[in-house]
Amino acid sequence: MHALIQGLILGVLTAGVYALMASGQTLIFGVMKVVNLAQGAMVILSAYLAYGLFTSFGVDPLLAIPVTTVAMFILGVAVQLAFLRPLHDEDRSELSLLVTFAVALLIEGFMSVTWRTTDRSINTSYANSSWSVGGYQITLVRLWAFLLSIAALGVLLLLLNRTRFGRAIRATVQNPESARLLGVESNRVSAIGFGLGTATAAAAGSIYGLLYPFNPGSHYDLISRLLSIVVLGGLGSIAGAIVGALIVSTSSAVVAATISPAWSEMTFFVILILVLLLRPQGIFGTTGRGAI
Amino acid sequence: MRSIPYAGQIRGVVFVAALASLPSFNLAHWSINIAVFTLMFAVMSSAWNLFGGFTGYPSLGHAAFFGIGAYTLGLWFEHHAVTTGYEPFLMLPLVGLFAGLIGVVLGAIALRTRADVFAIVTITLLFVVQTLAFNLRGLTHGAQGLALPIPPFAAATFERPFYYVLVALLAATMAITYLTMRSKLGLSLAAVRADEDKARGVGVRTLGVKLLTFSVSVGITAMVGGIWAYYESFIYPQFAIDPLITIGMVLMTFLGGRGTLWGPVIGALILETAQQTLAYELGGSEYYLIAYALVFLLVMLLMPQGIVPSIQSVVRRRRRRAVVDAPGPPPSASSSDRTDVLTRDAVVVEGPR
Repeated sequence: MHALIQGLILGVLTAGVYALMASGQTLIFGVMKVVNLAQGAMVILSAYLAYGLFTSFGVDPLLAIPVTTVAMFILGVAVQLAFLRPLHDEDRSELSLLVTFAVALLIEGFMSVTWRTTDRSINTSYANSSWSVGGYQITLVRLWAFLLSIAALGVLLLLLNRTRFGRAIRATVQNPESARLLGVESNRVSAIGFGLGTATAAAAGSIYGLLYPFNPGSHYDLISRLLSIVVLGGLGSIAGAIVGALIVSTSSAVVAATISPAWSEMTFFVILILVLLLRPQGIFGTTGRGAI
Repeated sequence: MRSIPYAGQIRGVVFVAALASLPSFNLAHWSINIAVFTLMFAVMSSAWNLFGGFTGYPSLGHAAFFGIGAYTLGLWFEHHAVTTGYEPFLMLPLVGLFAGLIGVVLGAIALRTRADVFAIVTITLLFVVQTLAFNLRGLTHGAQGLALPIPPFAAATFERPFYYVLVALLAATMAITYLTMRSKLGLSLAAVRADEDKARGVGVRTLGVKLLTFSVSVGITAMVGGIWAYYESFIYPQFAIDPLITIGMVLMTFLGGRGTLWGPVIGALILETAQQTLAYELGGSEYYLIAYALVFLLVMLLMPQGIVPSIQSVVRRRRRRAVVDAPGPPPSASSSDRTDVLTRDAVVVEGPR
C-alpha cells in the first residue's frame, strides 16, 4: 500500500512534464495534421542546451527555459519552412511522418557528434534534497518540475485562448478553409504553430534534463511514450494530452513501484491497446475535425 | 520501347539469373557480404511495399517482425541440433508462418486506426517488442544476447548458401508482388489507398485485404530476420529490433517508387551499397547518421514520387509525343497506334502504380 501511494505521488508529479511535451505534439498535429516524430529529439536537444548552459555558465536549467524556448522556436519554424512546407498536399501526411523521422535522426546524429553518446545529467545543488510528508518522499526537483510544467502549460493555454494569434490557430484547427476565407494566413499560422509546438518541447526539455539522465538515443524512448499519450488522449486535443499524460505516467510509476521497473515501459502499450480496442479515436478525440 | 510479349516475365527471369550467377565470379568476401545485406534489404523493402506501398498505410513497426523472426529461429535452434547447416533455411517457412499469424492478431488491432495513428501504433509496437526482448531474460537472455549454431560451411564459400536463399526469397517476393498487381487483390488495395471509405462502400472487403497483405508482408520480413540471425550467429535486442531497419525499408521503397514492382529493389541496390560504403568511409556511426538523414530528406523533397514512377512518366510522355510527331504514316495506322498508347495508359492509371 505504501509503495502504491508512493508510486501515485511520483506518477502525478512526473505527469506534468509529459503533459507539456504532449501538448506541443498535439498542437502541431491540430494545426498542420502532421505527427512530429522529431518531438522527442527536440526535447532531448533542449535538455542538452540546458546542460550546456549549466556546465558552461552555471545557469540554472529552470532559468534557462526562456533561452531554450526561443532557440527551439526558431529551429521549429526553420524545420517547417525548409522541410514540411514544400511537401505536396496529396501525400503530405504520409511523407511528413518520414520527413520528421529524418529530422529526428539528423538531430540525434548532431547530438552524438557534439556531446558524445555517454549519459549526461544536470546535477544542481538542490538535486538531492527532498521532504518527507507522512512517510512519503517528495523530491524538491520533482515538485519544481511539476509546478513549472503547470506554469508553462498555463502560458500556452493563455496564448491560445486570449490572444488574437491564438484565435487564428484555434480557427485553423477547427476549419482551415473557413479560417482562410476569414483572412487567416494559413502558411504563417502553420509555421508559427509548429514553432510553438517545438518551443513547448524546449520548456519540457529543460525540466526533463533535471529529472532524468539522457543520451542522444533517449528520444526513441520518449517518442513512443509521447505518441501513446497523444493517441490515448485523442490527437489534436490539449485536454486529452493532459489526461493521457496523467494516466500513462501514474500507471507506469505504480507498476514500477509495485511490480518491477523493467515492466513499467510495457504499461503504456497495454493501455494503448485497450483504448484502441474500445475507442480508436482516443478519449477526447472526435471522428471529424477537433477543437483544441 | 515496343511492347514485347511476356516482357515483364523475361525481365524478371534475366534479373534473377544474373543475381544467381554473381557468386561464380569469385568475388572477394567483403563484396559478397555487401551483396548479402543488399539482398536482405531488397527483400524487406519489397515486402514493406506489398503492404505499405499498395495500401498507403505507413507501417513503422516492420522491424519488430524482423526481430521476431530472428528470435524465433534462434530459440528453435537452442534446442535442436544443426548438422548439415541447411536446417535453419528449411525452418524459414515456419518462421514466416508464425510471424504472419502474430501479424494477423496485431494487425487486427492496429488496423482499427488510419494513416497517422497507424504509424504511431506500429512504431510503439516496435519499442514494445524491443523491451520484451530485453526483459524476458529467461527466454531471450536479454542484453546478454542469444547465440545461434555456427553455420558449418567452408570458409571460402561461407556466404553462398545465405546468398542463394536470399535470391530465392527475393524472386518469390517479387512474384507475389507481380501477381498481386495483376489481380483483383491489387485493385482492392489500390481502392483502399485512393479512398478507403468509398472502397468499402462499393463492396471491397477492406479489412480482409489489408490484414492479408499485412501478414504476408511481416511474414516475409520475419524470414529475412531469421536468415540474418543465422548469418550473424549472435543477436542482441538492440540490433535485432532496430528502428533504423524499418527506416531502411521505408526509405528504399520511397526512393525507388512505392507501389511499383522494381522500385523497392532499385532503391535497395542504390541505398544499401551507398550505406555500406558510407559506414565504411565515415567509420564513427555519428556522422553516418547525419549523412543518412540528409540523403533521406533530399529524397523526400526532390523525388517524392520515387525513381521508377518518375522514369515511367518521362517515358510515357516521350511515347505520346512520338506518336503525335510521327511524320507521314498513313492516317489509319497512326490513329490505331494512338489508341494503342491510350489504352495502355488507361490500364496503367486504373491499376495500382
